[in-house]
Amino acid sequence: MNFKLLYEISVSLLLARWKQTLVAAIGVTFSITMFIALLSFMTGLNDLLDGLILNRTPHIRLYNELKPNETQPIQSSNTNAGTYHFIQSIKPSNKGLQIQGAGAIIQSLQADPRVLGVAPKIVCQGFYQVGSTDLTGVINGIDVVEENRLFKFRDYVVDGNFLDLKNTPNSIILGKGAAETMLVQVGDMVQITSTKGVKLQLKVVGFFRSGLQDIDKVQSFTSLKTAQKLANEGNNYLSDIQIKLHDILQAPFVSKEYKKLYGVDAIDIQTANSQFETGSKVRTIISFTVGITLLIVAGFGIYNILNMMIYEKMDSIAILKASGFSGKDVKSVFIGIAVSIGIFGGGLGLLAGFGLSSLIDQIPFETASLPTIKTYPINYNINFYIIGGIFSIITTYFAGYFPARKASKIDPVIIIRGK
Amino acid sequence: MKKKVLEAKDIVKYFHDPISIQVLKSLSFHLNQGEFASIIGKSGCGKSTLLYILSTMDTDFEGEVWIDGICTTHKKEAELARIRNEKIGFVFQFHYLLNEFTVLKNVMLPGEKLGKFSKQEIEHRAYEKLKILGIENEALKRPNQLSGGQKQRVAIARSLINDPIIIMGDEPTGNLDKKNSDIVFNIFKELAESYQQTLLIVTHDNEFANKTHRIIEMVDGEIVRS
Repeated sequence: MNFKLLYEISVSLLLARWKQTLVAAIGVTFSITMFIALLSFMTGLNDLLDGLILNRTPHIRLYNELKPNETQPIQSSNTNAGTYHFIQSIKPSNKGLQIQGAGAIIQSLQADPRVLGVAPKIVCQGFYQVGSTDLTGVINGIDVVEENRLFKFRDYVVDGNFLDLKNTPNSIILGKGAAETMLVQVGDMVQITSTKGVKLQLKVVGFFRSGLQDIDKVQSFTSLKTAQKLANEGNNYLSDIQIKLHDILQAPFVSKEYKKLYGVDAIDIQTANSQFETGSKVRTIISFTVGITLLIVAGFGIYNILNMMIYEKMDSIAILKASGFSGKDVKSVFIGIAVSIGIFGGGLGLLAGFGLSSLIDQIPFETASLPTIKTYPINYNINFYIIGGIFSIITTYFAGYFPARKASKIDPVIIIRGK
Repeated sequence: MKKKVLEAKDIVKYFHDPISIQVLKSLSFHLNQGEFASIIGKSGCGKSTLLYILSTMDTDFEGEVWIDGICTTHKKEAELARIRNEKIGFVFQFHYLLNEFTVLKNVMLPGEKLGKFSKQEIEHRAYEKLKILGIENEALKRPNQLSGGQKQRVAIARSLINDPIIIMGDEPTGNLDKKNSDIVFNIFKELAESYQQTLLIVTHDNEFANKTHRIIEMVDGEIVRS
């Protein structure tokens, strides 16, 4: 009852000064709109840039690194116990890049509930031979179906059908950059020589564009079988096992566990790509800061308008207090005004923010390096709307709180006697 | 014996700014129900100050004020607001109506704040009060569309809405011409005589005061006649 009455008074005071109120509300609307649009666009862009790397990078990669043996033979000898060895000119051991027992490892990984999927891979160095020149290249042998399921391989194949890699024997998908250098078309044959000396004629079934030029100039993809031939190894040879987890955040822990369990090297995505996370974080912080600054500025606008209103309504406040309204009631009235401005302006701002984001979403944005992107990326995250909404209410509440407190402390005697 | 509606016991009040001056010097008196009293005195004798102390709006004083058997000293702000709302009706020199609301709503506001009756009842009562004051036809106008005398009558209607046990007036006719002053005086008189309404009016209009039932005269913070 009391609340309803106070609300009624707030609304009447609001409507009596509707122009000022509108200006205040527009301030909030504008800041919320920009807040939403900015964050949606920024995080959209973030996701795009991160996706460029993160979508294609396994959460954990198992491999063998070329490195010296950790225990050198002399260390196993007991004759020099208690002394320290200084060994010079250590060379990497010749155990090869092959992951031992790869089949068993993959089976046990697939049984792990934390694992979303496993894609085997063979990386071998080689040369593309064009006429009399050799171009260095890295040929990746992949399981096409798994690679597509886990790393969206299809998105990066710009010409030809990625499945042909599986269906056509002795086929290859070339990096767009490499293909342009070699002047080959889909359907042409290219000759590859691996560092192991194996020569193969492969049919080009497609081109691949990652968005990173340097990669496109060297990388190409072929089936596991072909890669095994190039590496001159048997059909259980694998150099990498790529793992995607259900929860990317677990990667560092799980990777340590696998390293110990399978006796191979393991690297997690966070360690391998820490710079991307840092970049995203900074961009997000900047967007939030700008958005919140806008809101606070709008809050000051409300503060000013309420202060003026209180100055104008001094008499009304005095008589309300004289006729039995307490300081708390008066405070509620003015906070009510402020929060109404916040809810109204904020609500409109959320709608306008959504509108502006949708508009940005329509603007064409085509770049050669990002084949799947046609318009500017927008992230329609409900959280931004929730944060914007809550923040508009909080700022207007505080913008109203101080003038309202001032109003509640007005001494009616001074006003009434002052006349 | 009639009921004591208002009692002041040893009221002492200082003004501290710019220098300490004793405005009220141990002042005591009481009002019975149905009394129509006026406080007179020269400017600066403390009569308005006394009224604001009695009305609970000024709490910075020594002594005790009893309204309807309740001591108001040392009560919290919200409790005092409640007492003002329920037991005291106010009429000031200036009408202090809220231009954002209709006349009717202005009269209803203190009633709605009290919340003793439903909204319909309060509206009905507000109409009755306006009828007593002969301005029921102006109910739906805005205060700024009324004449000075009418506004003051609306202010009186507002002070009556909760059937207060006492109406206090601070120069209620101070801004009005002779004709409107008479109208307001007659309303007060009718309230006192027909409705047994207690009234305490501060005025410096001796003609007005002489027509009331009781005159309290103040000189330099002391009551010299009551």
